[in-house]
Amino acid sequence: MKSLVLAPFGNIDEDVMKPLEIGLWQIFGFDIQRIPAFPEPMFAYDSQRKQFSSVLILRDLMKKQTNDIIRILGITSCDLFIPMLSFVFGHAQLNGSAAVVSLARLQQEFYHLPKNNELFLSRCLKEAVHEVGHTFGLIHCSNTTCAMSLSNAIQLVDAKSEELCSNCSIILEENVKQLFPLHGMENKT
Amino acid sequence: MRTHWNIMVVDDEEVMRESLAAWLREDGYNVETAVSGKDAIEKSRTKEYAIYFIDLKMPGGVDGIETMMEIKRIQSEASIIIVTAYATVDTAITAMKEGAQEYIVKPCNPEEISILVSRIIKIKNLQRENIILRKKLTRQYVFCDIISKNSKMIDIFNLVKEIASLKSTVLIQGESGTGKELIARAIHFSGDRANKPFIGVSCAALTESLLESELFGHEKGSFTGASAQKKGKFELANGGTIFLDEIGDISGKLQLNLLRVLQEKNFYRVGGTEQIHIDVRVIAATNKNLTEAVKDGIFRDDLFYRLNVINIQLPPLRDRREDIPLLVNNFIEHLAPELGKDVTDISEGALKVLLNHNWPGNVRELENAVERAIVTCKAKILTDDDFGFINHRSEQKQFPIPSNITLEELENRAITSTLQSTHGNIKEAATILGVDRSTLYDRIKKYNLPRN
Repeated sequence: MKSLVLAPFGNIDEDVMKPLEIGLWQIFGFDIQRIPAFPEPMFAYDSQRKQFSSVLILRDLMKKQTNDIIRILGITSCDLFIPMLSFVFGHAQLNGSAAVVSLARLQQEFYHLPKNNELFLSRCLKEAVHEVGHTFGLIHCSNTTCAMSLSNAIQLVDAKSEELCSNCSIILEENVKQLFPLHGMENKT
Repeated sequence: MRTHWNIMVVDDEEVMRESLAAWLREDGYNVETAVSGKDAIEKSRTKEYAIYFIDLKMPGGVDGIETMMEIKRIQSEASIIIVTAYATVDTAITAMKEGAQEYIVKPCNPEEISILVSRIIKIKNLQRENIILRKKLTRQYVFCDIISKNSKMIDIFNLVKEIASLKSTVLIQGESGTGKELIARAIHFSGDRANKPFIGVSCAALTESLLESELFGHEKGSFTGASAQKKGKFELANGGTIFLDEIGDISGKLQLNLLRVLQEKNFYRVGGTEQIHIDVRVIAATNKNLTEAVKDGIFRDDLFYRLNVINIQLPPLRDRREDIPLLVNNFIEHLAPELGKDVTDISEGALKVLLNHNWPGNVRELENAVERAIVTCKAKILTDDDFGFINHRSEQKQFPIPSNITLEELENRAITSTLQSTHGNIKEAATILGVDRSTLYDRIKKYNLPRN
């Protein structure tokens, strides 16, 4: 059966992976498969910026694509960037096969605030849903509570929910139907 | 609203180019990329982009500033964002001077770019909305293909509606190009005769004998070349309206024939013996002063009074300048598609040029000017450069200079006339007269002239 693959880079806690697995399954309805962790993505390290290139990580993930994989989501603790921006929470190919999410800026400690695990896990799921949503053709949503709303600052991540709004849910369903006509059938059987 | 807009990212570095494009696509914009300034310029010739992100330093001969300047020439309304990794005050100043909307240093905060792009798009949406509203507004001021919000013209529209179904003759007076025939058509097509013929005749275009035959028709053999019977315009217009343009130019003999038709509602064809009865409404028009012509004995007073039952005096365009923007937008809307051009608007500067012009040829001259500008325009918006052919000197040539006049009197008249045309605007009048404002004030004082 085809599945949505979670691909951790380096050591990502089970406490993070399990809620992601359940949350993504609930939203997207695809079978979720976890694969063994890849080493830390040093190939994407930029010594000048002291950050990791999300473009290079995405390219690496695309190479791992097989027929059994519907989408592949990389999960890393590294701080990501694209050349134009000082950072990105995540990066995805719109209508593509790969996405990556960074946990670095989702932790309260990054902002010199006391640790809050519940908040951190909620942020992780929001960003994972957001990036995977892009791979299914969803663009930024004007509904600020929708997981697909643009979040370029942590306050905006906190303002949105882990779920898609009704409009984005409908578009997702349509897009999935077109891409995988048998998807609903598989779920029913 | 976002998906209506195209964005172009211009950068020689692939990772930079594609990652920014992908990031903007996630926001719902249609994003395309160009690998060099040359590539971007080529693409800008075939498609319109709302925003260009252009890297300042690019190899291959055309740098970011040069690319921006060329794109601005092709798409003057495009917003350009210059991107650089190494900011200097000099390059920032140059970029902004040459028309960049923003100058950003990479890497920048994602929030900054989001705000910047949405701000530009918000303005573009407002501009688009403005164009749509202006078009709607124009429709509000349209009466039978005539556009005006001028109070005199609106009075005329109301008069036209009132008299449309009457039988009374109408005399329309006004300078050439003011729309006399349009008013005549409006009268005809707003009244009971709308589904009957409207026949127009230009009385100045034909010789006396030809015009007589044209108006009243002729019998076979009535003159050399009259090989068959021919119905005249009066017969053809039976039940409807005949529009006699340039009525001030007809000969004395024809004036008499016309008077008879108006009085008796019948006539004979040239060379004919059969009396033809007709029911035709006559609308006449002239750009001449018929009252003067009557005084000078050139035009029959009895015919003048017969024609002048309802008088419509059309104001020249210079007296209804508030209509110029409406008319220009209407011409652009209609002429640009006809001419196969993608012109959609006019800049404020160009509109000022048109508002300052005196338009001796009135609406017709304005229409021709807009058409000429559209033909030569290379962008989507007409600028003052596109109206470079409007020469104020040509107006000065038409200023009549009497031979027995002192230089002081000439100066007095020139200042009075200019102040009238600028509605008392001293700054504008001084510019037109080619003197500074203090000189103009001195002269106004010297000749004791009213400002308006």
